Amino acid sequence: MHIPQYHRLKKQLYRLEGNVCRECSHKFFPARIVCPDCKSRQLEPFQFSGRGEIYSFTRGTLKSHYAQEGPIALIKLEEGVTILSQLTDVDYDQISFGMKVEMVIRKIREYGPNGLLIYGHKFRPILN
Amino acid sequence: MREVAIVGIGQTPVREHWDRSLKQLAVDSILSAMADAKVEKVDALYVGNMLSYELAGQENLGAVIADQAGLYDIEVSKIEAACASGAAALRAGIIAVAGGAQEVVVCCGVEKMTDFLTDTVSQGLATAADWEAETLHGVTFCGLNALLMQRYMYEYKVKHEDFAGFVVNAHQNGISNEMAMYRNPITFEQYNKAVEVTAPITLLDSCPICDGSASVVICPLERAKEFTDKPVKITGSSCAYERVAVAARKDILFFEGVYKSAQKAYQQAGRGPKDINIFEPHDAFTIITALSLEACGFAEKGKAVNLAREGKISLGGELPITTMGGLKSRGHPVGGTGIYQVIEVVQQLKGQAGKNQVKDCSVGMTQSIGGAGTVVVTHILEV
Repeated sequence: MHIPQYHRLKKQLYRLEGNVCRECSHKFFPARIVCPDCKSRQLEPFQFSGRGEIYSFTRGTLKSHYAQEGPIALIKLEEGVTILSQLTDVDYDQISFGMKVEMVIRKIREYGPNGLLIYGHKFRPILN
Repeated sequence: MREVAIVGIGQTPVREHWDRSLKQLAVDSILSAMADAKVEKVDALYVGNMLSYELAGQENLGAVIADQAGLYDIEVSKIEAACASGAAALRAGIIAVAGGAQEVVVCCGVEKMTDFLTDTVSQGLATAADWEAETLHGVTFCGLNALLMQRYMYEYKVKHEDFAGFVVNAHQNGISNEMAMYRNPITFEQYNKAVEVTAPITLLDSCPICDGSASVVICPLERAKEFTDKPVKITGSSCAYERVAVAARKDILFFEGVYKSAQKAYQQAGRGPKDINIFEPHDAFTIITALSLEACGFAEKGKAVNLAREGKISLGGELPITTMGGLKSRGHPVGGTGIYQVIEVVQQLKGQAGKNQVKDCSVGMTQSIGGAGTVVVTHILEV
């Protein structure tokens, strides 16, 4: 990851901004260049609510300088779009299919003691 | 379009080859395939490889390897399609020969992975996934497959132990294959006790990191008798893909790329799933084997594990798979794998598979998958 690359991703990572097709109304996250469903290039920004539920999950225990040690999940957002994100504030054994989650901003990774810190979306269980 | 045949095969053992380089492995398999076909001169070399830059600091592999092999005055290039690179290199050769642009072509697959620790290799492999949507968030390749397996088990009420049959079968077949990396049997008990890698995937769901190279010589079918008494016809060759990011797929439990690739190959060969005598699937993880068998039409959705449980995938079964050990036991030297699979089917079709010989085998299928079900190259071979 380099600074310009990180800069380009800030709306995706901080605001959960994808896009929506003006022609067929299908929504996408991350944003797409061409609508894969109707081939239109008329796509405009769309900010997702950040609420959804767990569709699948894995522990993600590989200890590595690049892979996260916490759980990874596929989350079905309430707008119907599925995204991949890390889970936070939850133990692996507490995760279940259909569990309601919401987006928060957390540190995703760091590139060494003097390198970039990458922040962005993660999801945590909704606290009642 | 001309029909194309395989007239020579060559492979190195799949190992941790600490004393041998990427170039040495590739040259070995190329020259042994050319010796098998009794040719001293070829018209082109296509090299399938994924990670030579990351793991050997080397690109421009077509020229680099041809130069070391002493093959001059030929066309050269590297073909990259993640874990399907080897199969894609064969397909590039087939296109060249079928279209009349080349006559005799060597297609080589090679990967040298063990110079680095797992961390670096995993990072390289993960470049096959979508960086912005997936890898950036710290998911490994194993993690992506774990997400598929977790959902599969939930949706179809399948237990982890139900996948054991694929692994037991692969290792049983690998015992007699001198080229295989792991020639030891795996028991159901060992599978069930295996250490977790990325839940629910365990070590024994996963194929090994290893080194190896395999090559084939192809030519127009009408000239094949110049080189061999037993040419193997390539009757189907296809490449298809689906959305790269797993989350972006309409149904993550149906490998659409596999389906499209298999259908194209079936149509070309005038065959269907029932005509296939043996199948070499891309068994990098057990969940991939299951989803591939389903998308190729060998099993209904959610039912692939039954094929293993009922013994249908063993050498004497209805559809023998991983007949020489598969990616799990023979090993998965990434760019090399697609060619190893093809060589193993060639051996079966020619009756040269030794103790692993499948009876009455005349139509075989191979399939290589790059990414988590993303880019899929399928070949159908016949005698």
